[in-house]
Amino acid sequence: MNPRANAEILAVDNVSVTLSGRQILREVSFRIGAGELTGLIGSNGAGKTTLLRVILGLVTPTAGEVRLAGRPRTRRNQLVGYVPQKITLEPDMPLRARDLVGLGLDGHRFGVARPSAARNAAIADMLDAVDATRFADARVGNLSGGEQQRVMIAHALISRPRLLLLDEPLANLDIRSGHEVVHLLARISTEQRIAVLISAHDMNPLLPVMDRIVYLAAGRAVTGTTAEVVRTETLSDLYGHHVEVIHTQGRVLVVSGDDSGAVRTGSAVQTSGGDAQVRRG
Amino acid sequence: MAGFFEPGFFSSAPVHVALTVGGIVAVVSAVVGTFTVIRGQSFAGHALSDIGTAGGSGAFLVGVPTLYGFVAMNLTAAGVMELIGIRRPRGRDLATGIVLGAALGVAALFLYWDTTVSSTTGATINVLFGSIFTISTSTVPVVAVLGAATVAVIAALYRPLLLTSVSYDLAAARGVPVRLVSVGYLLALAVAVSLSSISIGAILSTALLIGPAATALRLTTRTGLAIGLAAAIGVAATWAGILLAYDSAAWSAGQQGWPVSFCIVAAVFACYLLASLRTRQSRHQRAR
Amino acid sequence: MFSNFMLNTWEAATIVAVVAGVVGFFTVLRGSAFAAHALPNGAFAGAAGASLLGVNALVGMGVFSLAGAVTIASLGRRARHDVATALTIVVLLGLGDLFLSRTTEYAPEIYSLLFGEILGVASTELAPTAAIGAACIAAVVVLYRPLMLSSVMPEVAEARGVSARRMDLCFLVVIALTTTMAVPVVGSLLIFSLLIGPPAAACAFTTTPRQAIVVSVLMALGIVWAAIAISYLTNLPIGFFVGTISAVFYTAGRGWVFRRQTRTAPSDPSRP
Repeated sequence: MNPRANAEILAVDNVSVTLSGRQILREVSFRIGAGELTGLIGSNGAGKTTLLRVILGLVTPTAGEVRLAGRPRTRRNQLVGYVPQKITLEPDMPLRARDLVGLGLDGHRFGVARPSAARNAAIADMLDAVDATRFADARVGNLSGGEQQRVMIAHALISRPRLLLLDEPLANLDIRSGHEVVHLLARISTEQRIAVLISAHDMNPLLPVMDRIVYLAAGRAVTGTTAEVVRTETLSDLYGHHVEVIHTQGRVLVVSGDDSGAVRTGSAVQTSGGDAQVRRG
Repeated sequence: MAGFFEPGFFSSAPVHVALTVGGIVAVVSAVVGTFTVIRGQSFAGHALSDIGTAGGSGAFLVGVPTLYGFVAMNLTAAGVMELIGIRRPRGRDLATGIVLGAALGVAALFLYWDTTVSSTTGATINVLFGSIFTISTSTVPVVAVLGAATVAVIAALYRPLLLTSVSYDLAAARGVPVRLVSVGYLLALAVAVSLSSISIGAILSTALLIGPAATALRLTTRTGLAIGLAAAIGVAATWAGILLAYDSAAWSAGQQGWPVSFCIVAAVFACYLLASLRTRQSRHQRAR
Repeated sequence: MFSNFMLNTWEAATIVAVVAGVVGFFTVLRGSAFAAHALPNGAFAGAAGASLLGVNALVGMGVFSLAGAVTIASLGRRARHDVATALTIVVLLGLGDLFLSRTTEYAPEIYSLLFGEILGVASTELAPTAAIGAACIAAVVVLYRPLMLSSVMPEVAEARGVSARRMDLCFLVVIALTTTMAVPVVGSLLIFSLLIGPPAAACAFTTTPRQAIVVSVLMALGIVWAAIAISYLTNLPIGFFVGTISAVFYTAGRGWVFRRQTRTAPSDPSRP
């Protein structure tokens, strides 16, 4: 079997979204196949969250369509697992990590869950897969950002989705936790043949694992491999004015050409280049 | 043991009614209240019961049992809350507060008319602070049915309610009918608050809604256990309060006893303080 | 209605309105609506206790509402703020109920303390009321800048050494004192409307904090004076008018904001 022929899981075709008189997305198109990890990169305000909400079915596009595994996107689509950027977690919320993952299995069904050995085993397996077993019985509100993230990933995965969406999973994590999450997601994507879409405003942490990139700027998107997309010509075309793509010390910086030295996106360092050296250790 | 249960306690008919209604109300309030605390909606729960005063005092005016006035007013207010649903919490708090103020103003008017027009001096105390010892026996089956229905609604909404409390978007993306769940919960809250309004009063009903639930949440991590514990604490506090009020009437020999609503609130608060002390102690022990 | 025995009411109400307008602005800014609703009930319990013990009502009210502020602050440290406030409200109301049940004026006293009474202020109480009012305003003036900073940008304030917890407690104390002097006239359940209605409306119509405070005070005065006048003429309870007229002002403010939003162009570059 040709390993390059991945089953198409998500197809976004010419999606445009206009909200409150503003055009947020303009004819965005891309495809994601099984087992592929795609980065949705764009600065804040570029339309990443809106695009994710369209894929989730929470926002209806003004034009274009979204297809999941060949079928048009309907409300009750169980093919998509979602890890939101923020969840409301008060410290006294009576949910253990274990319970939260259990909700991923059947939280959308009415009534109370009937305890069963099979259900508990499935939950235990999933917690093990994300390496969360040691805090499985702790209150979710007491976990660190990275630990909560892993529980939410387990929650999303337990219903066996074909597509996993993560909204800015690295935003509130320290570098090491971010590193662990990224590699966990890459492993899951390959092992379970799941399509993974990660949104981020900084592409650098994802560079080692991204198969494809969807680069969003001012509502328009360019898609392809990192080598194809993250180039001066391509991005200048996308932005509508000259931007310079600089590769340095294994990192990518996208520098806007009109403001003197203002850094737009894709940089891990917003201050000086000296910091990059210190952090790389 | 003499003096703990004053004579006549177990044979008194009003006490039977009080214990029955109080017990049902405590359980219903605890079940709904656990979710109220989880969702951080204590103010909404309290505002709802205060808004209900307008309904209760109005019912008094037209000669209808206050329970129906409370239920009508609270259901309406809950429905309006859902419709308005201002997203930003601060704006929502202010709007709730304003409606609360207007409703209390109307209640002031109705209660004034209650005392002057129908010359029933007990209206104010009855509506605001409850009258668990004067509930008629015909109300008991109504309370039981409403209580059972409310608990059934919460049981049916159990999982989606938890999921929406964790993340509204996540639940919507999973296909949960989030609007329906929200409405269902608010209606259950409205009925629960109405039931506790007739037992400990409209402005004190928050004690049974929030107190036992908050106490249980400090003691356990599991949702199901928290609800059960809250119900147990609520019933215990209510019955202890009723007993205390009854006893105090016997102790003061001829004078009025302590108001039963105060006794129940005091018992609930005492439980909460005990639980807080206990968790503080265990945290210190762990730190050592 | 301007006879001798009504003058006390007019004077006390004027002081109350001015202070409520000023303190209310910060209440709205900090989102302390729930606390502003809770603390007056301390004054209720205090007045009840004072009448039982034969102590000066203002003293009783002051003590209990300060106790309420401290209770909310200390309970709120380990638990959620809204839970702490809810529990404090019911305990204070319950205590007030207990105290008044020991007196002979049970029902009428409850009513007038909760909903206000037009003749609720004795001449001897005017001076202390004015003193408390002046203290509240002085506190706001002195704390103006750190209070503004910690209300709008708590992290920045924390970094500059303005402890959020201390500001919280200070402000709760200010609300407690404000409501103490207001309860005899407006009632403990309704002083809250005066604390949030006029400021919320004022914020809708003005652009700077100073303007908002001035307009808030003017609106509060208008509400209170109208309530007294109409209540005197119709014999209906003053609390009814305070609650409903405040709601009218608030709705006018929201209506204005809505009109302004739908008329201007909807494009907002700062939105994602």
